[in-house]
Amino acid sequence: MSIELVGITVLWIFLYGYLIVASIDFGAGFFSYYGRITGKGEIINAVINRYLSPVWEVTNVFLIFFIVGMVGFFPDTAYYYGTALLVPGSIALILLAIRGSFYAFHQYGQKKSHVSHFLYGATGLLIPASLATILTISEGGFIVKQGDQVHLLMDRLFASPYSWSVVFLALVSVLFISASFLTYYAHKAEDREAEELLRIWALFWSFPTIFASFLVFVSLRNHNLDHFNAMLDHSWLFTLSLACFLLAVGLILRRKSYGLAFVLVMLQFASAFFGYGKSHLPYLLYPYVTIHSGVTNPVMGKALIWSFIGGLCLLVPSLYLLLRLFLFDAKYVKGK
Amino acid sequence: MLDTFMQSRMLTGLTLGFHIIFATIGVGVPVMILIAEWMGLRRNDPHYTLLARRWARGFTVTVAVGVVTGTCIGLQLSLLWPSFMQVAGQVISLPLFLETFAFFFEAIFLGIYLYTWDRFQNRLYHWLLLIPVVIGSSASAFFITTVNAFMNTPQGFTLENGVITSIEPLQAMFNPATPTKVAHVLSSAYLTSAFILAAITAWSILRGKRGDYYRKALRLTVAWSFVFAVATAVIGDLSGKFLAEYQPEKLAAAEWHFVTERNADLIIGGVLDPVTHEVKGGLVIPGALSFLAHSDFNAEVKGLNEFPQDLWPPLYVHYFFDLMVGIGVYLTIVSLLFLVIRRWRPQHEWNPWLLRLIVLGGLLAMLAIEFGWVFTEIGRQPWILRGYMRTAHGVTTASNVDKMLLLFSLLYLVLGIVCSYVLVRMFRKNPPELEMQQRGIPHR
Repeated sequence: MSIELVGITVLWIFLYGYLIVASIDFGAGFFSYYGRITGKGEIINAVINRYLSPVWEVTNVFLIFFIVGMVGFFPDTAYYYGTALLVPGSIALILLAIRGSFYAFHQYGQKKSHVSHFLYGATGLLIPASLATILTISEGGFIVKQGDQVHLLMDRLFASPYSWSVVFLALVSVLFISASFLTYYAHKAEDREAEELLRIWALFWSFPTIFASFLVFVSLRNHNLDHFNAMLDHSWLFTLSLACFLLAVGLILRRKSYGLAFVLVMLQFASAFFGYGKSHLPYLLYPYVTIHSGVTNPVMGKALIWSFIGGLCLLVPSLYLLLRLFLFDAKYVKGK
Repeated sequence: MLDTFMQSRMLTGLTLGFHIIFATIGVGVPVMILIAEWMGLRRNDPHYTLLARRWARGFTVTVAVGVVTGTCIGLQLSLLWPSFMQVAGQVISLPLFLETFAFFFEAIFLGIYLYTWDRFQNRLYHWLLLIPVVIGSSASAFFITTVNAFMNTPQGFTLENGVITSIEPLQAMFNPATPTKVAHVLSSAYLTSAFILAAITAWSILRGKRGDYYRKALRLTVAWSFVFAVATAVIGDLSGKFLAEYQPEKLAAAEWHFVTERNADLIIGGVLDPVTHEVKGGLVIPGALSFLAHSDFNAEVKGLNEFPQDLWPPLYVHYFFDLMVGIGVYLTIVSLLFLVIRRWRPQHEWNPWLLRLIVLGGLLAMLAIEFGWVFTEIGRQPWILRGYMRTAHGVTTASNVDKMLLLFSLLYLVLGIVCSYVLVRMFRKNPPELEMQQRGIPHR
């Protein structure tokens, strides 16, 4: 495999990792606030906090990792995306900053303030929407280059049905992923009430998720026909995704093996995400940047890959320890 | 009206200036927690353990702000300086990448540490969890500082017509500025954190808090402040020698040294006439600059006149340099004074004036960090990559930076206020006395 292919694969895996852990986190924030205003907060908050408290910091790192790696492997993306995304990128940053810090203020502060809870919950929905927009932009048609200048066509982005369908998909899948994970976690905690509530939420959000997926598929056809056709070439991955989805919903519906159901949800998103990514190649930004045009120097590419392997040797055992202590430790999960 | 270039510099400066407060705490406080918990283990003294516990709790809140502002600067590099990142990104991506690994490592173990206080039978295991936290935070400071060092003394690549070739990643990372910069950043972060913790303790005592808990806290933090202050001073001296050799224009601007000469004078304070370059007032120490630069009173020190005027750093960096060094001296003297009084005049250990000096020191230490960074960053202007790329050539071509500057200023203002409010409230609502009572720790 060439360096650029290794690079983008590694980065895509990390983005997928972010998609899962951040979805759980963002959705949990929203559910937690929703629970507070509907008076069901007491039921689910204990479960949510017990999971989130030790891991919230780790979530952010996945995203930073992806961005730093992207600039390292493909310096051209820094130029194009960097110039074009000044405004939307800054807004996403501000949302992330508000969310991260207000989570800590809320969690560790003495007073459980309504405002900080609201900010933490609301940004949980706004951030996925704003980050999903960047994926939309990579499809091309929203960034133009005139001489030295790179412009983002905001009005076109706002008018695009494709862009809105991606935002819609991001929102509902965050809630679906999060609810299906928390159902499993509540089940392990033997918290029947929370489990039942979250189970209903998972089922509720499953319909819009699959509907939005089809919507994205269809609207991509109008927006970028080449990519749409490339996706058809990998249609087996999307079929697999649908199968995993149906199995997962089936299990949740019949109150069986929530753990397996969540693994299936992860597989559902993995196959769709990698199918989407693979068919997007070789473009990183259609049609300006491909993985070949802006690739880094081969020496640096190799150094990055080696440091990546070294880093993983350190990370995987530590992450395993984290999961062992907080996710798979029966006593901790049950709050003892 | 400011142009995009100035606005971008201001926004970058603002983000870094705000981030550095939390980054410094993030690097230094884990070391102090490590020391306190270790003392608790060794002496089997619950006061030290409680100290570690309370510091760790406050630390979590500052870490959150550090993480989010760190994310901001990480992305702003590409958003505000895309042309710079397109070129330099290829050479600095290795340390940037490694920094995220170090940060990842720290984040994982900090999460574990905070939630396992009463989980292990053998408390040593809990203490051991802190070691990866300290390694992670100091390593991320190390890696990110090598990036900054690279921008000051770039090497490990060839630039031909804007295209970078023959990259040697390790050579770029271990450039001439790396050793002194990294050492200075680490020691000053430890010093500042220790002094801030000392200042908080001194403040509590001034407000009438008494007892063994406070006595131990103050002694521990001030003693370590002194150790770190001496280390910082020694390393600071080495940094001066580094500047004389590799960035003589920065040292010359810092010292208003225009004519190359032997036995060069060191000027402290003073006012510069912008036209004649004459210095009015100020304390002049004959030959001291030569000694600072080369450990020899008769050594030759390069003057600013050797450089074309459009490559001069702004001359006001002199004030920032003096303020930084001045505060460093103050911190060393005050911590030494406390140790001397404690040893020979123990009845004056809690003299209110001494405590006030310590409180002031905590504030000044953080200011010194800011001044030092302003000096080092403004001191390498007009370069973004010294000798290769001017700052003006790295800036974004996008408009709207002014609105982003406003938005981020607001964000940092809100974060700063809420964070302070939460921290103060957190410790006021749950004072050590209450916690000692709850945990059955004898007080006094």
